[in-house]
Amino acid sequence: MTEGTTNTTDENLFQLTNVNKRFTKGRESITIFDDLNMSIKKGEFLAIMGPSGSGKTTLLNMLGGVDQPTNGEVWFDGARIDKLSENGLAKWRAANIGFIFQFYNLMPMLSAARNVELPLLLTNLGKKRRKQSIDAALELVGLKDRAGHKPKEMSGGQQQRVAVARAIVSDPKMLLCDEPTGDLDRATADEILTMLQELNREYGKTIVMVTHDPEAAKYATKTVHLDKGEFVEKGSV
Amino acid sequence: MGDLYLIFKNITRKKLRLTLTLFATFIAFMIYGVMTSFQSALDAGVELSADDRLVVVNKINFTQPLPIAYVNRIKPIEGVAGTSHLSWFGGYYQEPQNFMPMFAVEQDTLLEVYNEIVIPEEQKQAWLQNRQGLLVGEKAAQNFGWKVGDRVPVSSNIYSRKSGGQTWDFDIEAIYKGSDPKFDTSGVYFHFKYFDEARTFGQNTIGFIAVRTTDSKLNEQVIAAIDDQFANSPFETETVPEKAFNKAFIEQIGNIGLIITFVVLAAFFIILVIVGNSMALAIRERTNEIAVMKTLGFKSGRIFIMVLGESLLISFMGGGLGLLIASGLTAGISENIPQLPPLIIDQPIVLESIGFMLLLGLVTGIIPAISALRLNIVTALSR
Repeated sequence: MTEGTTNTTDENLFQLTNVNKRFTKGRESITIFDDLNMSIKKGEFLAIMGPSGSGKTTLLNMLGGVDQPTNGEVWFDGARIDKLSENGLAKWRAANIGFIFQFYNLMPMLSAARNVELPLLLTNLGKKRRKQSIDAALELVGLKDRAGHKPKEMSGGQQQRVAVARAIVSDPKMLLCDEPTGDLDRATADEILTMLQELNREYGKTIVMVTHDPEAAKYATKTVHLDKGEFVEKGSV
Repeated sequence: MGDLYLIFKNITRKKLRLTLTLFATFIAFMIYGVMTSFQSALDAGVELSADDRLVVVNKINFTQPLPIAYVNRIKPIEGVAGTSHLSWFGGYYQEPQNFMPMFAVEQDTLLEVYNEIVIPEEQKQAWLQNRQGLLVGEKAAQNFGWKVGDRVPVSSNIYSRKSGGQTWDFDIEAIYKGSDPKFDTSGVYFHFKYFDEARTFGQNTIGFIAVRTTDSKLNEQVIAAIDDQFANSPFETETVPEKAFNKAFIEQIGNIGLIITFVVLAAFFIILVIVGNSMALAIRERTNEIAVMKTLGFKSGRIFIMVLGESLLISFMGGGLGLLIASGLTAGISENIPQLPPLIIDQPIVLESIGFMLLLGLVTGIIPAISALRLNIVTALSR
């Protein structure tokens, strides 16, 4: 990751240029980011750490196109996304981003396979191709035999693995993970992180992970620390 | 899996809530179906009235008689195509509660003036030739278990026979149907001559005269000509179009239409509140899930349609079931309460109901759908 650059290169998947983010709370204006610049290289596994309120999740939301900067530019793979409409962003997210949340956020009324199928409803794939993709994704996370089970019938670790399968089923370029192991015990967390590491190493997925956990950050290829909207140090693992 | 599957899974996730919501919708549409079919049956008497048929009654009120001689004085009036007279008999079978709309009629002209009465030709001839013959509506025959060939005693709560007693014997010669399924076939008709010769009082008087005009455009002219002719006589007449006469007759019972409208409106208002609240609650509980779907890339418009689809599906499931049960109920009521006109859930009622289901689904779903449409992902996920 490089700071202070506005140049897009073939190596960069993401680039944020002079990004400002401000919220208004009552009469008070709160600045989260002030002229933030960053880029994320293709194939990177980046861990973002920092205390609560440092702007980690806001940054992740802007990268995922669910939140927009107040000013500045957000580029993804050579295309500017901060000017896209709501529908344009939805389409972009469906095609490029896989999301993994802290609390899994699976649909409770759907089986694991149906949960994994959700992103495929946004594609033009036929039933047969969808089934193949679901099977492959569940196989990859080791849950093919639990395809028919609903979330409440699975452990936290299994639910998060379903969430990982859902995130990768449409083969996105990038995975955005918000505290993916925050609700799991150490051993299960390690399983999930190993899986993410494999996805990064073997399948070339670019991953950005927000975490409080230094142990989790060790699985990333790079770790950055955010504090009050600024990168306070950078490093690599 | 498609959007319809997701809609279905969403509405069935809380079985008790769905059951109660469906039950409330079901009750509302069942009430609507039964009440509307009742109103439709009452209105059918008005709707099916011929535009070119007039009713001549005694101006004092329609229970007062008219001289039979009036019939021949009306026939030559310009614009009159035909006449027939009818007299209320007050008939009942065996027990007073088994009453029937029974008339002594001018048998030769009845079927010309009331061409909605459909009889097999053979039966028609048999009825015309037998002065004690009875022409029975299909519904009346069904109610009393009568068939052609039966000899039945019918009592009158008005007329006694000269030979003594109030029971009159008749031969059932014909059973008629209506040219329209809504036509009331609970009526019973017999020869006026038999009636007039046998009754103890009221000879040569009749109840009312039905007049068919050559063109409904001439109605006003014919009405004026008839009433002018009998003005200042001991039996002044009031001539009205049959439609108006039937409407006034029904309104004597009370403003049934208004009562039905109030009942139906109350039912729909309650259901609107129940289903609307249930939908709003269901969507509020799923705020996080909707935000996740949006995050995955589902467009707001698609989610809007899915939420609206949920309320529409509930409305159509409950409403359809309610209408189906109402259909069974009305059939049962018609069969077991012969005094009522035939209750039918016909195509207009079904189409109206579908319209109401659509409206109910849209009204109850629109606010939750708009909430889902406007839902901000960041705000929703941070809750």
